[in-house]
Order: sequence, then C-alpha cells, then structure tokens
Amino acid sequence: MTELERKQDRSPVPSGFDYAPAPESRDVVRLEKRYGLFIGGEFVEPRSGEFHSSISPATEEPLAEVAYAGPEDVALAVTAARDAFENGWSEIAPSERAKYLFRIARILQERSREFAVLESLDGGKPIRESRDVDLPLSAAHFFYYAGWADKLEYAFPSRKPRPVGVAGQIIPWNFPLLMLSWKIAPALASGNTVVLKPAETTPLTALLFCDVLRQAELPPGVVNIVTGDGRAGAEIVKHPGVDKVAFTGSTDVGKEIQRALAGTEKKLTLELGGKAANVIFDDAALDQAVEGIINGIYFNQGHVCCAGSRLLVQETIYEQTIAKLKRRMGTLRVGDPLDKNTDVGAINSKQQLDKIRELVAAGEEEGAEIYQPPCRLPEKGWWFPPTVFTNVAQSYRIAQEEIFGPVLSVLTFRTPDEAVEKANNTPYGLSAGVWTEKGSRILWMAQHLRAGVIWANTYNRFDPASPFGGYKESGFGREGGLHGLEPYLRFE
Amino acid sequence: MRLPVKKTYKLYIGGSFPRSESGRSYEVEGANVALASKKDLRDAVRAAREAFPKWAGMTAYNRGQVLYRMAEIMEGRRAQFAELVGGEAEVDEAIDSWVWYAGWADKLAQVLGSSNPVAGPYFNFSIPEPTGVVGVVAPEEPPLAGLVARLAPAIVGGNAVVLVASERRPLAAVTLAEVLATSDVPSGVVNVLTGRKSDLCPVLAAHMDVNAVDLSGADDDRAELERLAADNVKRVVRNAEGQSPWHVAAFLELKTVWHPIGV
Repeated sequence: MTELERKQDRSPVPSGFDYAPAPESRDVVRLEKRYGLFIGGEFVEPRSGEFHSSISPATEEPLAEVAYAGPEDVALAVTAARDAFENGWSEIAPSERAKYLFRIARILQERSREFAVLESLDGGKPIRESRDVDLPLSAAHFFYYAGWADKLEYAFPSRKPRPVGVAGQIIPWNFPLLMLSWKIAPALASGNTVVLKPAETTPLTALLFCDVLRQAELPPGVVNIVTGDGRAGAEIVKHPGVDKVAFTGSTDVGKEIQRALAGTEKKLTLELGGKAANVIFDDAALDQAVEGIINGIYFNQGHVCCAGSRLLVQETIYEQTIAKLKRRMGTLRVGDPLDKNTDVGAINSKQQLDKIRELVAAGEEEGAEIYQPPCRLPEKGWWFPPTVFTNVAQSYRIAQEEIFGPVLSVLTFRTPDEAVEKANNTPYGLSAGVWTEKGSRILWMAQHLRAGVIWANTYNRFDPASPFGGYKESGFGREGGLHGLEPYLRFE
Repeated sequence: MRLPVKKTYKLYIGGSFPRSESGRSYEVEGANVALASKKDLRDAVRAAREAFPKWAGMTAYNRGQVLYRMAEIMEGRRAQFAELVGGEAEVDEAIDSWVWYAGWADKLAQVLGSSNPVAGPYFNFSIPEPTGVVGVVAPEEPPLAGLVARLAPAIVGGNAVVLVASERRPLAAVTLAEVLATSDVPSGVVNVLTGRKSDLCPVLAAHMDVNAVDLSGADDDRAELERLAADNVKRVVRNAEGQSPWHVAAFLELKTVWHPIGV
C-alpha cells in the first residue's frame, strides 16, 4: 500500500460536495391528462373502463391517468396484431421492414431528451442514466435489429427462418423504454407483430413511443400497447392468438408463466431475477474496481436484474476495499432524478420500497453489519439510501434473495475455487463480474461461473450486439445479438 | 440340449448395474425388466450431477472420439441389436446417428457461438456451454434409433443424462447401457432407467437438480410434466427436431463474456 493510499483510507468520509441544483427542464415533455390503449394504430378507450394514475416516485405527484386493460381489451389488441400480421406486415419486403426500424431508431435519437426526462419523471431514475444509458441503447437496439430484417437467412443459413406470428411481450419497470426496445426491435425485424404490456408503474414512455410509431408511419396493428397490471399480463399469456410470449420480470412470475404455457405450442423466453456475484481479486486495480462495485449495485437504485448485489472480495484486500467503498458511497448524491448531478434516484414504488426495507431488516436481524453513508433523503417520495452489509453469511436472506434495491452484501474468499463456489451458490445465474489484472484468470473465472453474462473489469455494460440472458432460474432465451432473433422465428 | 443363459435386465446408474431399489420388475418383451423406483431416479440424478463437471471439462475433440467409439462398439454388436429391434435398418440408423453427432462435438462453439462487435474496449464473445443434468424421456418407438436420436445430442455438448427408457420396448435401452459401460463414456454421464413412465417422469420433471428435460417421448403427460418443470425454470424440449445441431442447442446455455482490452 502506498503512503497516499493509506492516507486516503484513513481520511474521514466526505460529507458530500455541495453542488448547485441542476435540474433538467420538464417543459420538453407534454403529457396528456389521460391515455387509452394503443390498439390498431390509435388510442382507444379501454372496454374495462378502468384507469389509474401513473405516479412520479420522487414526488408522489400523479402524472397522468392510464388505462387498466381488461380481457376484452387484450383480445382486441391480439386481434389487431393478428390482422396486421396476416394482412400486410408479413408480406412487406424485409428490406422495407428494416426501413421502419431504422426510422424508429432515428426518431428516438431525435426525441431522446424528451424521452429521457419522461423516463426519469415516471420511473425515478437519475436523468444522467436515462440520458446516457437508456435512450442511446434503446435507439441502438432498433438500429442494430433494423439491419437484420433483410438478412435473416444469413443469420440462420439452411434453416428457412419465418416469423412466429403475434408476440405477446411483458416488460418490467426498471428500464421501461429500453426493455420495450429489447422486445419490439427483434420481434419486428423477424417479421412478427406485437402486443406489449408495459409495467403498471412506468407506462408513460411506452405510450409516448406510440407517437414515434405514428411518426415512423408503421402500419396500424403491427405494434399494440396495452397498459395494465398483472391481470392484463396474464390475459396476454393465455390468449390463444398469441404465438410467442416474452417476459422480463421476477422469477416467481416467470415460473407462473411457464406453468401457464405448459402443454401449448407457444414459444417462450424468460429473463428473470438474479443475485450476481461481483468478484474482486487482490491484484485488481482497486479504485477502478470500487467504481465497478458502485456501478454494479447503485446503478438505477439497484433496480437491475443483473445488479452485482453480492460482493466477493479476496480476504487479503478486504479492509482496504471496504474502506474505499464506504468512502465512495459517501460521495453518492441521492435525490431529485431530474437533477443532472444525481447519482441515485427514487425507489420506483412504495411496494418496492417496502420490500427493500423488509429484506434490510432481515439482514440486520440475522446479524449482518449495516452501513449507510450520511445522506439527507427528500421528504416526499420513496427513497432508500445506498446500503452495504458486511459480516454476511451465505445463508442470510440478503445473500440469497434478490433485493432489487441499492443494497450490497459483502462476502469474502481466499482462493479462486472458493470464489467460484460461492458465486455459483445461488439458484440464479444471470450475470457475474470479475476484477483482476490477469487475463488468463478472467477467462478461467468466466469458464467456471454459471451465468449468462460475465463482465471483466467492468459491470452493467450493455450493447445491442451482445446477447443477454440467464442460466438456471434466471430464465432462458437470449435478447440482443444474433441469438436474440431466434426466439422470434420458427424454422421450416 | 443346452439351456441358454438368460439375461437379467438391470438399471444403469453411475456406471454400475443395480437392480431396482424396490426389488420390483415387470414383464415385457419376454423378459423381466427392472421397475425403477423414485429413489432410483434420484440416485441417477445424483450420479449424473457428479459426472457432469468432468464430462463438461473434457476437450470437445475428446468427447467427439468418445461418441464415435459408441458407434464402433455398436457396429460390432449389430446382429445382437438387430435381433432386439427387429431389423438392421434401425441399428444402422442409430449407429450413423452416433457418428453424426460425434462430429459435432468440436464444431458446436463455431456454429452456435459468436464474437460480438460492441462499443468500447472489450472483446465480447458468446459461447455455448452445457446446461448440466438433462432428463430424457425416450420415445416408445423406435426403441433403439429413437433412443440414440435423443441421447446423443443431449450428451455431445457436455451434459450428463438421466434417461427413462421406452416402457414397452426397454430391452434396447438396457443393452445400450451395456455398450455405454464398456465404452469410454465416463460413469454417470448416461444413466438408464426402465420402468413406468407415469412413475418416473413426474419425479424427473420436478427434480430441482435437473436443468433440462426432453419430453418428446412423454406423449399425453406432456402438459403436466411441463408444469412440474417450471418449478426450477427447466429448459423444455416439447417436440424434438430431427437430427440437427439446433436440437443440441436446446440443452446448451449461451455465455457472453466482456473481456477488457488494454495495455
């Protein structure tokens, strides 16, 4: 340890730099008072007659009234998608199909500020993230898959790829527009039509996306957006007119969907929960690794299925790492999602906040040691400070269950074998992180970790060309890359 | 006159031939065939789990040779199998199936994997890996070719298998187990159970240490078995494709690695 490092580690946790507020203007977003369902290319009143308010989690302010789709509404959406599939969309030249997707990508780029602000308003994530991650990646996904639309036979040579038909897609609230893009882009590129249900708490960017579809002149019925809660999701899953179901969300709901589709011929892909290990070896560039730990668990308030929620630190550098980590946690700014300086935004919903609190209480009760940097949380809205647990046993609930919040559990290891054993000791297998300067060790770890995505000396990095998806109870099927096309195709 | 020695048909678990733990058997194809119990099935899963890392860790070239060796030994026992299944055509089909899949072992990563052009200083690649323990419900007919067509693609990628044999025509499966035992397929990589599918398949489908199931031989029970398989999000093959690397892919996971580039 150099003199400088030692000094830093002993220095007190900074009280937080003072920044002048730098809020992003809300004027760029124009919301309707009330939204119907987007079916057959236009907004229609829900037959269910039910609405609810989409609420800003940072202020608890109602943003707009949004429909709860009922069984009849879902049936109408599926019929519209089926019509569009059979009467036109599947006959359009693939090269023309590609052009619609390119258009959508371009419009998303042009309107990215508007979308970013709305995403942060509706979901509570920091504008820095919606601006720099969600929006660029959403546009990139459409751009990437646009190019595949007329090249499918090169992706699957000698397999005669054909569209499946109507895709029913159900997405979560953590990356609303990005998950929509992950679902819709490959589905359309493969020639399918879509019925998509955004999450109950974050429907607004999906509804604004309907305006992008209008601008892109996508034929009516090719994409239908039905808002609602789990009941609407269940209707989509069981509707006989749906040929393929794609779900991103919790493992419990994923299992229910798999059960519901038992005995049918519907295709299914599931992208479910995770409890990823982020493994730090003693030769890692430690400051860089600490940034990776922070990004791994506090990115998007920890509302990330692949979040690095279990930190595995090699024993020899344990104290040093924890000291640096706590110091860095003290510089995280928690607050207004629309402020460009904000690092950690609001917890997405009251319900999610309760879940986080419950698990954190369980962690304390089981004997783990909690640390939260001093930070002042806004009075209104739903918030949880960045949290780290040390002294955690593998059997604790906070080491086993997905918390889906800004809560990190720290474990230690001595040898690579022990690191692998602990990392794999979970029913999940979505992702993992490895930090070391040794390339051969990166690949050895990558070989032994049972997870679908391995990040080495980085974390939470995404790219439309990179397949994403889980092992074990984290689900099956891949999104992104060439492999992300397959779930939307059948082969003759 | 010489009295022929009749064979006792037993189970094949972890490289040995135990009788059913229950001590029960059923009469079929003119023989007494072991009636595997639920405990036998659980033992078989344990044996498969134990055998999995070594088999998965072998080089692909090596696994290919092990599969090819299966074809060689079966070719030598062609007449015996032909008598069991009623014709050489089916035996030849089964042998050729081993040869075809043997050749796939060291090509799967090239056909199913990819390197992915991502933004940023990372070499990003995707490779197929075995999912772990695979439960295979063999089709009732054809007894040998159907079996090999389901078994070879399940093991070629490095998985270990628990196989439930055809209930009406189990003798081919038991005899295949004898070939497996004398081949280079490590103990526990393939475990063969005979008995009632209605007893065994639900336990197999629900078993929390089985990663994937091929239910194409399960006929009418498929819906219920699929429901049970959801308990640990198993990969499920409903209707097996013909001879194809995509059928192999059904038992493989895809792993994507972001490897840093730097000086």
